[in-house]
Order: sequence, then C-alpha cells, then structure tokens
Amino acid sequence: MSVSYENSKAVFQGIKDAGITSLSALPETWLGLLLQQAERDPGVRLIQVAKEEEAIGVAAGAYFAGERHVLLMQNHGFLAAMNGIVSLAMLYSIPLCMLIALRGHWGEPYPWHTRGGIVTEGVLRALNIPFEYARSPKDVGRQIREAYTLSQSSLSPVALLLTRDLMEDAL
Amino acid sequence: MKRAECISMLYPELDDKLVVTIMGACAQELYDLGHKENFFYLQHAMGLASSIGLGLALHLPHETIVVLDGDGSVLMNLGTLATLARYRPRNLVHVIFDNGSLLSTGGFDSHTTSGITDLAAIARGAGIQNVAAVDSIVTFGEAAIDAFARKDLSVIVAKVAAVGPNHYGMDLQLPENAFRFKRWITHRKELAREAT
Repeated sequence: MSVSYENSKAVFQGIKDAGITSLSALPETWLGLLLQQAERDPGVRLIQVAKEEEAIGVAAGAYFAGERHVLLMQNHGFLAAMNGIVSLAMLYSIPLCMLIALRGHWGEPYPWHTRGGIVTEGVLRALNIPFEYARSPKDVGRQIREAYTLSQSSLSPVALLLTRDLMEDAL
Repeated sequence: MKRAECISMLYPELDDKLVVTIMGACAQELYDLGHKENFFYLQHAMGLASSIGLGLALHLPHETIVVLDGDGSVLMNLGTLATLARYRPRNLVHVIFDNGSLLSTGGFDSHTTSGITDLAAIARGAGIQNVAAVDSIVTFGEAAIDAFARKDLSVIVAKVAAVGPNHYGMDLQLPENAFRFKRWITHRKELAREAT
C-alpha cells in the first residue's frame, strides 16, 4: 500500500485554494508527500513541531497574528494534543482547522494504529468538535475551505479526517 | 531574587512588545502592575506559552515577543526548546522563571529544585545559541538588556524564590483577553501599513 501522490497533490491544492499561508505539522507517512510540496512552496510557511500539542500553541499565535493557518497531524497526534485543544483553543475561543490523518480505521492492517483509529470519532464527538470525512480528491478542496470557514466563524476547533480512501492508492 | 522583582524591572520595556505569560503567579504579578492590551495570560494549557510565542514571532517578524515561562511549564513541553532552536525566531525572548516549585498548584518540588535538572543546559543542548542563567536582579537586568539588543532568539533562565502573590483574580475574561490581544495586533499592523 502506498500513499497517493495524486491525492496528496489534491489535498495540498485544496489548502492553497483555501488561501492558507501557514501550516504546522508533525510529519507522518500519509502526510509525507503533501508536506514535501509545502516545503517547496514559497507561498506557504511550514512549521514542524516535536509533538502535536505544540502546534496548538503555534496555531494560536498564527491566529493572533492574522495568518491563515491549518494544522496537519495524525489522529494519534490529535489525541496527544488534547489539553491544548481544550484548555487553550476552546477555553479562549481560538479557531483551529485540523486536517487529521485517520489511521487505524477501516482496512487498517497494522495493529498499533487500531486503538487510536477506533476512538478518534468518539473523542471528537465528546469534545463537540465538528468533523467530516474526506474520502474523495474531487471533494477535499471544498471540504478544507468549508472546515476553515467554520473554524473562523465558530471560533472553535474543526476537524477534517483524511481517510485511507483518499490518502492511499487503491490496490 | 523574586520573580515579581524581575517582572517589575521588565514592565517599563513591555509597552510595545507582545507578552505571553504562563498561568498563576506569573500572570498575576504582571497583571497587578497594570494590564495592557498587548499582554496574553495563558491560564491553562501548561507548556504552550512558548509555542504561542513561536507562532507570533514567525508571523510577526517586526514585533518583539516576550514569553514569561516557568520551570514547571517548560518541563511539560521540553520539545518546545528544540522547536524554537530549529526555527530560531530573531524576535523572541523566552524568560524561564525557575523557582523549582509547582507553586501555583500547591508548592510541590519540581525536577529543578535540588539542581538535578538544569534548564539552561537543556536549552543549550536543544541548540539555542543565546542562553543566560542568572540568579540576581542585576544579572537578570543585564541579561534582559542583552536579549532585547541582540535581535536573536534568547533564553534567560532566572532562578527565583518560590513565592507568589497573596491573591489571585483578574477583571478580564479569558476569551476577552484573547479578543483584545488579537485586536491590538491587528491595530498595530494597520498603523504600520499607514506609516509606509
């Protein structure tokens, strides 16, 4: 199974089309190709963090600075960022537009990803974070734009879950 | 040396800088000197003050950012020192008040209490070039002057006594602090645009 180059391009193009100029990320396999594109694009600033919770702080700083910012992380990173999401973003009404690689879900062959994959949707629901699944390269651009718009109008975290259908090449 | 003395010494320099503090005593001691619209108090999410500072510094290269941090908070997010070193924002001064104590949550010893853990050495090891470790108000003042003049990422680890204010409370709701802080930045950008 390999990461889809074409669809990674579609996701990055969606980020660009949404007018995003700043990204924070912790690299992971499904995000690798799109982060490579971000690194090469002079119109986008990429900030890599050592742990995903840092990115919540970086995103808050970017928001205060008036920058259009998106966070890229794996769902396990989303779980690792929890207190920052709750006690910085939600507590202070700071928007977050999170693009989350949904590992460990339908079709997952690796046991180590599965617990995180199984609980991700439940955690999002428990936190009342609006989310959608991104499954198709033709819709993902619109979904990114709409996720960003909602995060800004609601001053709230919003999550777009990047699924296996989107991020891996079909067999 | 008390943290409140250090903050009092910095205070006159903070009018035109973006200041992010950690929770509890540190936030209260700055607030009690007189709140300004360019102060943001992170009253929870321990460890993220410096990450907010990084996000501000990279996106606002013409502003100077001051983070007032603490040993307990930094210990919760040591990775931040490596991230700061990697991106090396020239406009960020990161002050870490090391009182060796989780003072605001009951005064338990932190890992730095008995000198086992050396935060300045960790910062240097993370790759930060300008790190000062100070334990008197004079050396703190000198380190602060150097840091503001240097125009490069600077960390000051200041050993302070584990004492704080005798009261807590602000006439400022948390989202209100965020809204007003953001508005101050927006206004500064507008002024800068008009000036050019």
